[in-house]
Amino acid sequence: MVTVQKLINEEGLRVDGRRLDELRPIRMEVGLLANADGSAYIEHGKNKIIVAVYGPKEAQPKHVSLHDRAVVRCRYHMAPFSTDERKSPAPSRREIEISKVVREALEPVIFTEYFPRSMIDIFIEVLQSDGGSRCAAITASSLALADAGIPLRDLVVGCAVGKVEGKLVLDPSDIEDKLGEADMPIAFIPVLGKISLLQMDGMFTEEEFIKALNMAKEACMKIYALQKQTLKEKYLQVEKEVRESLTLKE
Amino acid sequence: MSITPQIEPLAKIKSKRMIKLLTSGKRLDGRGLLDYRKIEIKNGVIEKAEGSALVSLGETKVLVGVKIETGSPYPDLPNQGALTVNAEFVPLAHRYFEPGPPDENSIELARIVDRGIRESGAINMESLVIIPGRLVDVVFVDIYILNHDGNLIDASGIAAISALLNSKLPVYRVNESGEAEKTEEYNPLPIRDCPIPVTLAKINDKIVLDPSLDEENTASAKLTMTFTKDGKICAIQKSGIGTFTLQEVIEAQKIAREKANEIRKNFFREWI
Repeated sequence: MVTVQKLINEEGLRVDGRRLDELRPIRMEVGLLANADGSAYIEHGKNKIIVAVYGPKEAQPKHVSLHDRAVVRCRYHMAPFSTDERKSPAPSRREIEISKVVREALEPVIFTEYFPRSMIDIFIEVLQSDGGSRCAAITASSLALADAGIPLRDLVVGCAVGKVEGKLVLDPSDIEDKLGEADMPIAFIPVLGKISLLQMDGMFTEEEFIKALNMAKEACMKIYALQKQTLKEKYLQVEKEVRESLTLKE
Repeated sequence: MSITPQIEPLAKIKSKRMIKLLTSGKRLDGRGLLDYRKIEIKNGVIEKAEGSALVSLGETKVLVGVKIETGSPYPDLPNQGALTVNAEFVPLAHRYFEPGPPDENSIELARIVDRGIRESGAINMESLVIIPGRLVDVVFVDIYILNHDGNLIDASGIAAISALLNSKLPVYRVNESGEAEKTEEYNPLPIRDCPIPVTLAKINDKIVLDPSLDEENTASAKLTMTFTKDGKICAIQKSGIGTFTLQEVIEAQKIAREKANEIRKNFFREWI
């Protein structure tokens, strides 16, 4: 039986010690898979997600191709060991839905019209899940697309807002999502100022909904700064290596 | 795996006219931007089902059948009944639809309708327990698309709640040896809320309510919001490759809320 647990203490802190509007620790990395055209890894709280991008490449099978743009394929998949109880590796209905909404969250930033008749594959593997995995997957996927050198309008950032014991909480963890009263994941495209993923389940008043949207947007801007930093670091590293090899030659 | 769909192109002459009309606040079928099509609800059309409803939304036709059987509760919710929502895009509904296992669109549809019913607490799940921890009522909501002319979510959501509202719950008696026996009696299925989904589509920066299929195929994105009887939001889903600004989402929420209230007033008067 689930024991009744207070998710917010007297000091207004959450189970993991965070304030209501505090993100979990986030760490990202790009270009870690040698075979993929682009790859990224994210740790968002206990979420550990790896993403690989292949393409643009020839569309296979041919009949799925579009004459005026690239098609995007997306697979969100959870490893059997990623959850408390083993998850069957066969795609669940939840994973099928998430694959669709994640694809729809990422496609608006890709210049697919530059690559007619071709295909871009995005493979997301959730190695460990901890609530808000679709948002972390979107954050990592847009990094992997950028790492693959695919022209993008901007990066896409994901973040959720939940409701726990009547209070809005930023970036709910697994337990807050399970025991909380609402969960609203969003994906935000900062440069365009657009929302490309919006889902909600639970119970929000109009006022809470508008407040939650703004909370999520603000948090996305923070994650966006980390994303850009991650990409820059990779190229600074490349620059460093090139410089070192040049000095060795001299 | 999810892949960019191939959408049947609309005749240029038609899509041009649609977009031109939109700028003057009109639509191909003569509606204004925020007009809903005519809704018709027929309850109890399938006698063998515990509840059923046939909903027409213009030319869109959706049949929902509710079957109630017994089964084990979910391990983490031993003292609650169970709810399963499934959607079938039967091939007779449109030439796009092919026979076979449910694709991402029918799974998404079923999950949006499921969220609306589940999160609003529409069914009193605690009252569906026959033997605590062992045997509960399982409510199967099966959505059957009969004709597809756009906005399947709203038609399905309205049909689902209509069918649940006229569902009968078989009464079980637990005998001395602890076994459950079905009796001849029925109670009404205990319903506590009336969630109504409302969908808007964005076509060239114009927001239209209750999109037809031609409009859905031209729209960049859709947004569905489900409202409870108290006007709270209990489910949201954005779908499609397009995007919305924050302002558009807030605006859309106001429009959808008003429409959901109107639908409830017209068809579910006891739930205001």
